[in-house]
Amino acid sequence: MLDPVILSAQPEQNTKSMGESAPERAKPLGRAIVVTSGKGGVGKTTTTANLGTALAQRGASVALVDADVGLRNLDIVLGLESRVKHHLLDVLEDRATLDEALVADKHSEKLFLLAAAQSREKDEVDTEKMKALILALRERFDYVLIDCPAGIELGFKNAVAGAEEAIVVCTPEVSAVRDVDRVVGLLGNRFRPQLVINRLRPLLVKKGKMLSVDDVNAILRLPLLGVIADEPEIIVTTNKGEPLALRKDAPTGAAYHAIAARVAGEDVPAPMPVTKESFFDKLGALFGGKKA
Amino acid sequence: MIDFLKRLFGQPGSSATAKERLRLVLMTDHLELAPEMIESMKRDLVDVISRYVEVDRDRIEVNFEQQDRALAMLANIPILSVNRPPSNGTKDRAEPAPAEPAAVVVVAAAPNVASPGAQAATESIVVRRRRRKRKNQAIAAGPKPAPAH
Repeated sequence: MLDPVILSAQPEQNTKSMGESAPERAKPLGRAIVVTSGKGGVGKTTTTANLGTALAQRGASVALVDADVGLRNLDIVLGLESRVKHHLLDVLEDRATLDEALVADKHSEKLFLLAAAQSREKDEVDTEKMKALILALRERFDYVLIDCPAGIELGFKNAVAGAEEAIVVCTPEVSAVRDVDRVVGLLGNRFRPQLVINRLRPLLVKKGKMLSVDDVNAILRLPLLGVIADEPEIIVTTNKGEPLALRKDAPTGAAYHAIAARVAGEDVPAPMPVTKESFFDKLGALFGGKKA
Repeated sequence: MIDFLKRLFGQPGSSATAKERLRLVLMTDHLELAPEMIESMKRDLVDVISRYVEVDRDRIEVNFEQQDRALAMLANIPILSVNRPPSNGTKDRAEPAPAEPAAVVVVAAAPNVASPGAQAATESIVVRRRRRKRKNQAIAAGPKPAPAH
């Protein structure tokens, strides 16, 4: 079943080098989840980095795969850009072993990254080899999160090829909702897509100027994993290369942990951002009357 | 100032506009038919129905509605008279025409309509598509051919 290229990419000392962080060989296959959206810039990479961090902080072993070949980003969001020596295509094309290419995270000991190739193109990925690689990762990790490129072309098809589940990221914008609707149609029921609504601004929703969670899901009708607010914190933590999920005390960090718990099957409520209103907002709402 | 007045009078937020625009665009997306195709489909439907009853072509409403993740086409076609328009060779079994054009075809959702033409004699026209299923096949079959617009 495994592609010979991938088998040979696994060194004999496999268990030795990965032994401390990766689980035992006899473990059940991990879950391969693709994080996708159709539209670019809605926060797929941020979601992948934070969900991966939160899952690893919960004690699970996690491999993050950047499938956005040509536009490598997951490494820089995680703060691992200086540690990447080999990438996805090096492994797929047998120039590096999986162990050589997997980069250990700085913060979470059970988190590993397989970076995308930067100077290559999405259609250079062999779909069958990609499937085999994801399977090889599932044998070693509890979770394999695949950061999907934007679009619905070959890059998307390669990213979903080895996955069994999908998380779709949508912002409360008409363009993002339309694209998610399309992607969910393409994925079909096999991936049991679940929804993360990203960059919600509760105050705008309250004022009737932004689609609400209910508006979005009245259209998409997907199981909701959680809602992430549009917080300056996310920009700051991305600037530093330290995912916000490392800070469980921050509201958004806690939201990512709640999403991770839900992904892990725990019965916790989907996180929702709370409205923080200033005095002027309240005053405005008072005068705004019916609209508020 | 104008802004303030607008707020004072509670102008609806733009999210309502967003919702409505999304609703409409997704219907067309799901149908994968160009608007002119929908118009031509409407015309054909009415032509078929007109073979059996006389309808008010000016007051026909055709809407699309999302029901879970399936799309339903709901047509509201006012009937002017149950008289069949005379057709060649058919005996006219006309009943007395109603005094006023009262009868209205109210269309209910019915799954799996094979042929709208066949169904037109009854008072129900529904086009419903299991889009998930189709798109599944599409992804399995590789790159999807461009829809015939």
